[in-house]
Amino acid sequence: MMVNQPKYKTSDEVDFVIIGSGAAGGILAKELSTNGFRVVVLEQGPYLTEADFTHNEIEILAQDKLTNHPKLQPNTFRKTPDEKAKLQRAVLYGRCVGGTSVHFTANFWRFHEIDFIERSKIGPIPGTTFADWPITYADLEPYYTKVEWEIGVSGLAGASPFDPPRSKPYPMPPLPVKSSGVIFERAARKLGWHPYPAPMAILSQARPGRSACINCGFCLAFGCEVGAKSSSLATAIRMAEKTGRCEIRPNSYVHRIETDAHGRAVGAVYFDEKRNTHLQKAKAVVVCANGAETPRLLLLSANKQFPNGLANSSGWVGKNLMLNSGGPVFGQFEDPLNDYKGFAVSRVFHDFYELDHDKVGFYGGGGLDARFDLTPIGFSFGGLPPDTPRWGKDFKAALAHNFDRTMEIFCHGTSLPVENNSFSLDPDLKDAWGLPALRLTYKDHPDDLKLANWMYARAHELFEAPGASKHWGFPAAESQFAVHLLGTCRMGNDPKTSVINADHRTHDVKNLFLCDGSSLVTSGRGQPTMTIEALAFRAADRITALAKRGEISA
Amino acid sequence: MINELSRRTFLLRAGTGISAAWISANWPALLSAAKHAHSAARAAKPPKLEFFTPEQAIEVDAISARIIPTDDLPGAREAGVLYFIDRGLATFAADDQSTYREGFPELQARVTDMFPNAAKYSALAPEQQDEVLHSFDEKTESARRPFRARPGARNFFETLRQHTIAGFLIDPDYSGNDSGAGWKVIGREREHAFQPPFGYYDKDYPGWQPMPKEADKK
Repeated sequence: MMVNQPKYKTSDEVDFVIIGSGAAGGILAKELSTNGFRVVVLEQGPYLTEADFTHNEIEILAQDKLTNHPKLQPNTFRKTPDEKAKLQRAVLYGRCVGGTSVHFTANFWRFHEIDFIERSKIGPIPGTTFADWPITYADLEPYYTKVEWEIGVSGLAGASPFDPPRSKPYPMPPLPVKSSGVIFERAARKLGWHPYPAPMAILSQARPGRSACINCGFCLAFGCEVGAKSSSLATAIRMAEKTGRCEIRPNSYVHRIETDAHGRAVGAVYFDEKRNTHLQKAKAVVVCANGAETPRLLLLSANKQFPNGLANSSGWVGKNLMLNSGGPVFGQFEDPLNDYKGFAVSRVFHDFYELDHDKVGFYGGGGLDARFDLTPIGFSFGGLPPDTPRWGKDFKAALAHNFDRTMEIFCHGTSLPVENNSFSLDPDLKDAWGLPALRLTYKDHPDDLKLANWMYARAHELFEAPGASKHWGFPAAESQFAVHLLGTCRMGNDPKTSVINADHRTHDVKNLFLCDGSSLVTSGRGQPTMTIEALAFRAADRITALAKRGEISA
Repeated sequence: MINELSRRTFLLRAGTGISAAWISANWPALLSAAKHAHSAARAAKPPKLEFFTPEQAIEVDAISARIIPTDDLPGAREAGVLYFIDRGLATFAADDQSTYREGFPELQARVTDMFPNAAKYSALAPEQQDEVLHSFDEKTESARRPFRARPGARNFFETLRQHTIAGFLIDPDYSGNDSGAGWKVIGREREHAFQPPFGYYDKDYPGWQPMPKEADKK
C-alpha cells in the first residue's frame, strides 16, 4: 500500500483530480497515471487493506466499517416529490479505498447489444425517459475484454447462447460449482433454459500478489483478505500506485468543485480527516463518486454562475435514478448444500434477458442466479422461512436444520428511468460536516414490479423442478433503499436531456468529467459494475486523447 | 437447579467489584458447579461486567436462554451471549444502552403484572418466562435481507433478541460465540478456507457440459 506514491501539494496543479476510488475511479486512476498524467485521487473513506479485513459480521453489518455510516451521513426518503422526506437510511455504498467494489458480490455480466438500443427497438414507454445510449455494445466490447483481462474475471466464453459477441475468451476458468449451482443447473435444463458458469470478478487462478479464491464464505459485504476478489483496491489502485505518478489521498471528503470566472473547474475542495478544508488544484476534474454522491457533489457545487448546480443547465442532475428490480427467492433441501462455503454465485442464466412485451404484458428482462450470500448472523435474520418462530426452541431447531440446507435464486432485472426518481439535497437535514444530506425520491415504475414478480414465479418453478422441501419468497415491494445507483447523470448527445457526452465530459464544463453508475442510460439486467468499469476504461482513452490534443486545457 | 443457583450467585458477585481477588480465588470452584465444559474456556478470561449490574445480568442471561435455549445442543448460555452483549453495550452497541436501561423496569412491570407472586423474571418457570416474552414480541415479519435493510431494533425484547443471535452466531474469533458453540449448532465449520466438493449436491457433479445442439437458442 502506498508504495512509490508521490505527494502532491494541493497548490500544485496536477493533471487530474479524481473524486472517488471505486470501480470507475480506480480504473481511471490507473489508466490516466499509466498514460503519463499526474493524478490525485480523493477518497472520502479510509485506506484499508487486506490486513484490515475481517469476518466480523458486527463490524460489517452493524458498524459499517466498509460502507457509508448512517449517523455521519444520514439520508432521507420519500416516494414522490410532493411528500416531505423522512429520516431513513436510504443508500448503501462502499466508503473506503476501492469503494463498493471492495464488498460487492462480483457478478460480472456484460451488458448485451440490446441494452444500448432498446428504446429504438421497442419505442417510447409512457411515464419514463427511456432512451438509447450514444454508444453501442460494439464501442464498449474492447473495454469489457480489457476489464476481464486486467482486473481478472473468471468465466467460460461461449457457455451461454445469449451472450453478446466477444473478442477474447475469459482469462481464467470459472470458479468451482456449488451445490446451489448444481441444483439450479439441473432444474433450469429440465425447464428448457440455459444455465452456465457465472462470470465472476473473483480469481479462480492466482495472479501476482493475489491468491485464488479460498472459498472462505465471507464474500458479499466483506473485504477479501486474500485479494481474490477483483476490487479496485486489489487491482487498479495498486497498478496506479506503481506508476509513481498517482497519489491516493484517503479520508478526503470532497464537497465542492471550484470553478473560475470562465466557468472552468479549477480543483476540488475537501475536508481532510481533521476537517480542515483544502483545495486540490487540477487541470481537469473527474468525478467517480457513485450515482448518489456524484450528483450530490454537483448540486453542492452550485454558485452564482451555476445556480442549479454544476453541469446542471439541463436540470437532469440526480434524476432518472434506476435501482434494478428483483430480489431473492429461497429454497431449502433435504441434504446439506454447505453453500456457506465459497463465493456467492456459481450458475446463472439469461433466457429472460429480453421478455416479449406482448406476451408478458410489461417491459423488462433479467437474469436469474443460484447463490447463497448470507453469513450466519445475516442468515438468522433474513434466511429462514417467514413462518419460523423468531425465538425459542423451534427457532433454534430451524437455524440448526436450515443454515447448511438453504440456497437462494436471485432475480435481477431492469428498472426504467423515471424523472422523479432521484437523488437530491435534503433542504433540512445535514450530515456530520454540516453539508446537506442525500435525499432519495423513488417510486418503482409499475413494470419493474411486474417484472420482479414474474421472475419470482420462475424461481419458484425452478425450486419445484428438483423437489425442494420448501421454497418461499416475498412479493415485489416498492423500493426505499438504494444499492445500485444508476442513471443520475446520464450520458447523451443532447445537452438538454443529458449531463455528459459520450466522452464522459459534462456538456457545461469543458474540463469536468463524470464516470460511474450515474453515466448509465439504461439499467442493464441487474449487474452494472462490469459496465461501469468498461466505461471507465473507455473514458480514460477518450480523456487521454482529448488531453493529448490539447482540448481540455484550451 | 443447582447450576442455575450457582450461576446467579456468581453473576451477582462478578459485577460487584467487591474483590477481584475473591472472584479469581473462587472462579475454579464456581466452575466446578457448572456442568458445561465450555465454561473452562472462560476460565482464562474471568468476565467482568462492563455495563450490566449483576442483577440485570441475571435477567439478561435468563431471557437469552429462552431465545436460544439449551437442549442436546448448546444454547445462548454455552455461547457466552451475556458477556457478548455486556461488552457490546460498552462498545459497538453503546447506542442501545438506553433501550436496556428503560427495558428492565418495563420487564419488571410485566412480570409483576402477569405473575404477581413472582419477584422477577429469572425466578419464573420457563413456560412463564416465555409468556412474558410473548407479551413483548411484536410478531413482526422478519426482515428479509439484512444486508439491504437492516433490521431496526424496535423494543427491549427485539434488541435483546438480535443481540442474543449475534452473540451466538458471530465468528468465534470476535469475542462471542464461545468455543464456536453457535456454529456447531448451525453446522458451520470453523475453517475459513474450503475446497470443493462443498455439499451433497455438487459432490458427484461431472463438470459443465454444453446443452445438446437441438435445445440451443430458440
